[in-house]
Amino acid sequence: MFRTADMLEIFQQYRGDAIVVPGRGGRHWVHLSTNPNRDVPLGDPAMGGHASFAAGLALAQPDRKVIVFDSEGDLLMNLGILPTIAEQAPANFYHFLLDNECYATTGGQPVPNAKNVAYDVIARGSGYPHAYAFTELNDFANNIASILSQPGPVFVAMKVLPEIENEPIGRRPRWQTRSRDQVVRDLKTELGIPE
Amino acid sequence: MAQANAAELKPEIVLDEMKKNGVTDVVWLPDSETNWLYLLMQAEPSLRLIPVSREGLAFSMASGLAVGGKTPIILIQNTGLMESGDSLRGWALGMNIPVVLMVGYRGWTRHGINQDTAATYTERFLHAFGINYYLVENSEDAPRISIAFDEARKTKRPVAVLVGDEYHGFTNR
Repeated sequence: MFRTADMLEIFQQYRGDAIVVPGRGGRHWVHLSTNPNRDVPLGDPAMGGHASFAAGLALAQPDRKVIVFDSEGDLLMNLGILPTIAEQAPANFYHFLLDNECYATTGGQPVPNAKNVAYDVIARGSGYPHAYAFTELNDFANNIASILSQPGPVFVAMKVLPEIENEPIGRRPRWQTRSRDQVVRDLKTELGIPE
Repeated sequence: MAQANAAELKPEIVLDEMKKNGVTDVVWLPDSETNWLYLLMQAEPSLRLIPVSREGLAFSMASGLAVGGKTPIILIQNTGLMESGDSLRGWALGMNIPVVLMVGYRGWTRHGINQDTAATYTERFLHAFGINYYLVENSEDAPRISIAFDEARKTKRPVAVLVGDEYHGFTNR
């Protein structure tokens, strides 16, 4: 398992001009990104929807890479999105999964069968043409360039260390620097999408 | 027979309304009434059909499409609408997505005597979320679909069209 922040530092070097939906990696990504107008840090509008949102964005913007950092708790809620994404086959879509084996924001309770689910196998079985799984940061670092140079959809499961939160939600420091509306406005301006 | 035909909602008219309003993507899961419309949508080159496996995914998918500059419509049954509550809340309402929800009103009768609890709770569900809706029961009601699109655009909120009829097949068959 490795730290999400360390992984994102490596990823940032290969990001290029891709649109990034950082998901639950957002708290680290906002401090690492050098292209915030192409970031879509939404926090958590509703659990389980990041992959489908990012896939919709990828289908709407086929000439731009769209990269999402999903999480296993979210994906388990909506596993059915994988066949849809595989069928639509967006060549610009890269689906990374932060698997910390628990629901970190509610105190670290394990997700069902946390240690035994092979999400890369599920993705490949759903029709993703390429799927990977990493438990070591070096392996991720050695493969990220080739992963992002392949046509999508590509699925990458990563075992990451949990960052458990036990503070009541109202007392947690906010990491977001922009409102959701501002994030969307900034992205649309950056991409030349009319309001 | 003429009265029965007047009571029908022709799928060609629904498709025309989608095209008139610039729909690019139909995010959908089939309901018990959709098949005729599906065959037309499949043949329509201006539409991309994106099937989902549970209706809540339609809201997050449509949100991504809309943020990316497309004009999606969500086509689902009332049962799936109710299943989607949190996704509707967070991805459509919370993101201010101007999307029309075309919702099959399974169980609808005009008399209020429902045999199907799906119909019993549909409008109550929409009221709870503050979502405005228009009932379309036949082809003469179809202009309400454009009204729904206009309202969604102006308010940047989801607006529902409740389809209170089954599609009876193609006009010229």
